[in-house]
Amino acid sequence: MRSNRLLWQMIAVGAVATAAGIGLGLLIDWFPVAASTQAGPIDTLYDVLVAVSVPFFVLVVVVVLFSAWKFRMRPGQENEDGPPIHGNTRLEVVWTAIPALILVALCSYAWAVLNDVERSKADSLAIGVYGQQFAWTYRYTGPDGKAFSVNQLYLPCTPTGGSTATGAPCRGRPIRFSIRAVDVIHSFWVPAFRMKQDAVPGIVTTQRIQPTRLGSYPVVCTELCGVGHATMRSTVHVIPPAAFDAWLARKGQGAVPGAGSTTAHAPGGTA
Amino acid sequence: MTAKLRAPGWYRATLFVLLGLGFCFGLTTLLRALYDFKPLVDGEAITTVSLIGVPLFFLVGLGAFDYWFYWAAGRASRPEDHSSHGAHSWKDYFRVNTDHKVIGIQYICNSFIFMFIGGLMAMVVRAELAQPGSQFLDGQDYNAFFSVHASLLIFLFIIPVFAGIANYVLPLMIGAPDMAFPRLNALSFWLLPIAGVMMLASFLAPGGAFASGWTAYAPLSTTQPLGQIFFTVAVQFAGASSIATALNFLVTIITMRAPGMSFWRMPLLVWANFSTSLLVVIATPFIAASQFFVLLDRALAFNFFNSTIGNGIDGNVLMYQHVFWFYSHPAVYIMMLPGFGIISEIISVKARKPIFGYRMMAFSLLAIVMLGFTVWAHHMFVSGMQSWIRIPMMITTAIIAVPTGIKIFSWLATLWRGVLHMDTPLLFALGFLTMFTLGGISGVMLAMVPLDIHVSDTYFIVAHIHYVLFGGSLFTIFAGIYYWFPKMTGRMYDETLGRVHFWATFVFFNLTFAPMHVIGIQGMPRRVSDYAQQFAGWNLAISIASFFLGLSSLIFLYNMVASWRGGPRAAANPYRALTLEWQVSSPPPIFNFDSIPTVVGGPYEYGVPGAVHGIFQSPAEAVPAAAGASTERARE
Repeated sequence: MRSNRLLWQMIAVGAVATAAGIGLGLLIDWFPVAASTQAGPIDTLYDVLVAVSVPFFVLVVVVVLFSAWKFRMRPGQENEDGPPIHGNTRLEVVWTAIPALILVALCSYAWAVLNDVERSKADSLAIGVYGQQFAWTYRYTGPDGKAFSVNQLYLPCTPTGGSTATGAPCRGRPIRFSIRAVDVIHSFWVPAFRMKQDAVPGIVTTQRIQPTRLGSYPVVCTELCGVGHATMRSTVHVIPPAAFDAWLARKGQGAVPGAGSTTAHAPGGTA
Repeated sequence: MTAKLRAPGWYRATLFVLLGLGFCFGLTTLLRALYDFKPLVDGEAITTVSLIGVPLFFLVGLGAFDYWFYWAAGRASRPEDHSSHGAHSWKDYFRVNTDHKVIGIQYICNSFIFMFIGGLMAMVVRAELAQPGSQFLDGQDYNAFFSVHASLLIFLFIIPVFAGIANYVLPLMIGAPDMAFPRLNALSFWLLPIAGVMMLASFLAPGGAFASGWTAYAPLSTTQPLGQIFFTVAVQFAGASSIATALNFLVTIITMRAPGMSFWRMPLLVWANFSTSLLVVIATPFIAASQFFVLLDRALAFNFFNSTIGNGIDGNVLMYQHVFWFYSHPAVYIMMLPGFGIISEIISVKARKPIFGYRMMAFSLLAIVMLGFTVWAHHMFVSGMQSWIRIPMMITTAIIAVPTGIKIFSWLATLWRGVLHMDTPLLFALGFLTMFTLGGISGVMLAMVPLDIHVSDTYFIVAHIHYVLFGGSLFTIFAGIYYWFPKMTGRMYDETLGRVHFWATFVFFNLTFAPMHVIGIQGMPRRVSDYAQQFAGWNLAISIASFFLGLSSLIFLYNMVASWRGGPRAAANPYRALTLEWQVSSPPPIFNFDSIPTVVGGPYEYGVPGAVHGIFQSPAEAVPAAAGASTERARE
């Protein structure tokens, strides 16, 4: 019954390693700060994926290590062979069916999350986003109905806790970005919002987010767009509605109270 | 001298290159004169035409087409002419040679040369990334370095080195004297150095080397300097080589198996290359097409991809990505399935056990081939394509993990209760099992659309692809090279150095690529020479680890060169393996088998008393002996 004892040893080691792995996976602060309603479901999806993945990885590693430890050739075994086991139909059915079921479940969950984060909402604020080598431009409609362009993104968000300091929670108006590319493909990404969308010449693409946290966050281009791709960055400022309306009335001119700087996230070497 | 210039070889090749340059110059200038283009002599146009034309002149000069011309001219056939077969001195490796063993060595050495060049480029990239800001590469140069790095390692290393290993081993494994089309095989090889030299030569082009990534997304690629064309055309040559080799493998496997070698008695390496060849033949024309679109757009203003809003030109930018990924996703399996085959051989022989679930191993390969064609748009979840197509692509991408999982679990079950010979090939195989599992897990994560939206085009992708292609493909390549080194060279490699190489590679590989998952999720985009200050610490650590990873490959280089020159002589069958390549001398005779073997059992019957896979008797003599050693798999 050497084989049975070995199995129990492996299961014990595997269980401990799985618990440790999942614990570690959940403890690590993987994501940047969350500043949109989209962030929560996506971060949770990631945690679930980590928790489901760890047992599979542990299984493979534990079997490999135990085999290397217990079944390595000892002196005197040079001409021995292992038992001629050709297969086991039940086992093969199990390791085909179980992963398939888990994957289908994960896909269903991910589909639900996708519908959640991409849901279009009434009363969205429409903002045009233009990618061009190597800068982002944002197009707003002012109170007088005339459009104007700026190179920093401002979004309104009503503070929910009384504080208007950076990092204070807020409930933002849903935003709909209409994204266009002037020359080559770019990709519009605010890591704090978790959503990303390519800007493609010839078509208009859409991204929806809803801010939940006051502050300033980096905007990054993630599609290689040429020599200046690395420095094609901008900033999004999530500010209280009053400040936003005043800024909108000024057509983006002048300083904005409450719009912090992004020194913490500022791209290096570009000042 | 005249005789040398008339005979196939490097002198005639040089002459033909000069002739080719003259021809391309003349043709381009003549056409421009007819169209009245100004200026009449245009460097870019001549370069573009020369890149296509001169390699063909070179191949004719080298002698790759000699026999076909001779045959086409209707001269008397010479079926028993083996003058170009086999190697008697090192010079025979530098000419058109029809021996699959010589071609295999040519492939492998050529591929490793480009691996070291591509690896050095990665070192340059990591040096630039050691600190934020711009140190010694400007944006365009940086983009060029990572683009050439990826292109060389994909098109000139991983894909062809597998073709090289299979070229050497596969005909021996199925008991064939050579590949089905030896001259086509020779031509396939000689297309490769052309593609590689062309990619490197792009650094000499005005404006620098191609810098739009190995993906060459339009319309960035169609608006890049001249260097882009070097990539566009080089991919055509590498692709033509792949397709020709794949056809050769298919015909060889289907028609040239030894008597008794049914499909269910084929070693899994043969199954793996059969599956890979199906992928190559079906998929590779698509990357050729995508690059022809770019070529026509850039050189002749076809406007496939020119679709800027409002200018009245209706190009379709997304079409490039669909066509490109219809090849380039299956290409990931082209770079992985042959490795699966290598691992199956090694694990079975080194664990001294039959492969667990042999038929499921073969079926899962075919399942990957089928599913591999249904997942391409998972590279385009944020591209702006029709949003509904993301869901079916997510499901197929997740489901392709099932046949891959079957393979992983079957290898684990093969190890279980074996007698493990823990030497270098098996260490790399076990390293592959664990690291590729990680790459597969991050692959399943990436299949989930909402998460992919966040991490697409970040360092998470860089981490994933290196776990798949380095921890996956490269580990299998190292395993295979060590495993068949005695067969190919007749010498043993140094076991101690092999182990040191494995542990150094394994440790520094993880130190280099594991942290990339973290900085990717944190928000660092890929393909940037400059990054936010918050990523500085991780990037410095990654760069330092990567330099050690680079150094570890020198151990491998030294081991291979020194062992090939002066290693101890290898026995014909040092591993007590059953497959046919080990039943002939090391290295094998010039026509592989003195008498054609007869296959009487499965390839992995280790532990079955008295089991044999092949015997060197004619089928008529073999029949009585075969009765007792049937391959029908005995289920436990």
